[in-house]
Amino acid sequence: MYSEKVMEHFSNPRNVGEIEDADGVGTVGNPVCGDLMTIYIKVKDNRIEDIKFKTFGCGAAIATSSMVTEMAMGKTIEEALEITRNDVANELEGLPPVKMHCSNLAADALHAAIEDYKKKLAEKET
Amino acid sequence: MIYMDHSATSPVDPEVFKAMEPYFVDSFGNASTLYSLGREARKAMEDSRKKVASLIGADPTEVIFTSGGTESDNIAIKGTAYRLRKKGNHIITSDIEHPAVEETCKYLEKNGFKVTYLPAGEEGIVKVEDLGNAITDKTILITIMHANNEIGTIQPIKEIGEVAREHKIYFHTDAVQSVGKIPVDVQDLNVDMLSLSSHKLYGPKGIGALYVKKGVRLEPIIHGGGHEKGIRPGTENVASIVGLGKACEIAEQNLEENLKRLTAIRDEIIEKVLSGIGQSYLNGHPTKRLPNNINFRFTSIEGESLVLHLDAKGIASSTGSACSSKKLEPSHVLMALGLKEVDAHGSLRLTLGKENKEEEIDYVVESIKDAVDTLRKLSPLWCQVDE
Repeated sequence: MYSEKVMEHFSNPRNVGEIEDADGVGTVGNPVCGDLMTIYIKVKDNRIEDIKFKTFGCGAAIATSSMVTEMAMGKTIEEALEITRNDVANELEGLPPVKMHCSNLAADALHAAIEDYKKKLAEKET
Repeated sequence: MIYMDHSATSPVDPEVFKAMEPYFVDSFGNASTLYSLGREARKAMEDSRKKVASLIGADPTEVIFTSGGTESDNIAIKGTAYRLRKKGNHIITSDIEHPAVEETCKYLEKNGFKVTYLPAGEEGIVKVEDLGNAITDKTILITIMHANNEIGTIQPIKEIGEVAREHKIYFHTDAVQSVGKIPVDVQDLNVDMLSLSSHKLYGPKGIGALYVKKGVRLEPIIHGGGHEKGIRPGTENVASIVGLGKACEIAEQNLEENLKRLTAIRDEIIEKVLSGIGQSYLNGHPTKRLPNNINFRFTSIEGESLVLHLDAKGIASSTGSACSSKKLEPSHVLMALGLKEVDAHGSLRLTLGKENKEEEIDYVVESIKDAVDTLRKLSPLWCQVDE
C-alpha cells in the first residue's frame, strides 16, 4: 500500500533526533490518534541550517517527517513556509488516501517550528 | 519468511490441495444431479460432512456448508432472530466479538432488536454471572465467541451453555479461531449452533460450516433451490467442501501434538519478550488463551510501524492499531480490555501455526526487540517516559 519511496524513508529515516539549543520547535498531532511529531530547527542568516525530528506514528507519519526535514534543510524561512502537505506527499510518490489526512502532518510540524522561531525572534528584538 | 499471522489466514495444506484437485476439471458434477458424475460429487461432499462433524463431535446431519465464518454467523444470528421474533427481541453477546457477529447484532438493533454486550473486562473473558443478570423473558439468543481472534482468550462456553439450556435460550458460538486448535465438542460445550471456517485451519478460503443442533429451526436469510436443508441454498462448492473436510481430518489427527508444541513456543516467546523488552505487556489472559495466540503491547510506539519493520525482517504479523485499520479506529477488543487509545496503538499480534518452529523463537524475539528499539528512538513519547 505504501510507495517504495515511503518505505525507503520509513526504513532509513533522515535527520532523526532532537536539537538541544533549537531556535524553533513545533509539535503537532495527538497520541490518541496515533500520530505525534516534533520538529526542531536551527536557523542561521534566515536559513534552516539544521533540522531534526521525532515521531510517534505509522509508516506514513515517519516517512513524511523524514521527507519534510530533507526538503526543508538549507532552505530560507520563506521557502520552507511554502512547503505544503501535498508537496511532501508528492515527493514521496503519493500516500494511501486514508493516510493523507491523519498522518500527513509533517509540513504542519515544520510550520509550527518556524512560527516558534519567529515568536522567539520577536521576543528577543523587543 | 516466518509467517505468524495464522489468525488472519493459513496456507492451504498441500494434502488438502491434492484432495481438492479432482473436483474442478474431472469430477465437476453438480451434487444435486442424478447421473454418476453428480453422485460422485454428492458422495465426496457427504464424506466431507462426516469429517467436519467428527472434528466437532456433531452428527453429519447437523453440519451445513456455508461460504465461511461470516456467513455462518449471519445465518445463525439473523436466522434465529427472525424465527423467534414473536417470542422475544433480546440478544446477548459480548463486547469482544468478531465484526461478523458484532455488526450483525448492530444491524438487528437497527431493526427492532435489543442487544446486551457483556463486558470481557481486562482479562478478555466474559463472566457467567453477568450472563445470568442479563437474561430477560424476551431473550431469544445468546451468541458468544469461543476464542477471540485478536487476543485469543477462551470464553467459558460450556458454562454459558448450561445457563442457556436452563433458560431454554438458543446459544450460538463463533468458533472460527478455536476449531482445529483446541478440542471443540458441541455436546460438551452445550451449544445449539457453532460457526467454523476452513481457511483458518489450512483449508481453502470461501468455505465454512455452521453446526445446527438437531431440532433447532432457523429462518433462512438466503432463498433459492433448497440446498443444505434450505438454510444455505446455492449449488454446492464441492471442491472447497472436500478441502474443508480434508483440513478437518488432518486437524483432528494432529490436534493434541500441535496444541502442546505451539503452547510451548507461545510461552517461550512471551517470556523472552516480556523479560527482554522494557514496558512490554501481554494483552489478554496469560493462559486461558489459544495455544497459537500472542498479543503484546509496547508503550510509546505505534503498531503499524512495528508490523512494517518486522516485515522487513521477514516476519508476518499484525496489529490492533487504529492506523492499520480501514476505519482508523483502535481495535474494539483492546478498548474492551480497558486500554487507553495510545496503548492500543502499540499492539502486536503474533499467531502461530503448524509450520512455525522452535528454532525461529530467538530470531523473532530479537527482531521484535530491534524494531521496538528503533521505533522508540524515533518516538517523542519514549523520551517522556524516560524522564
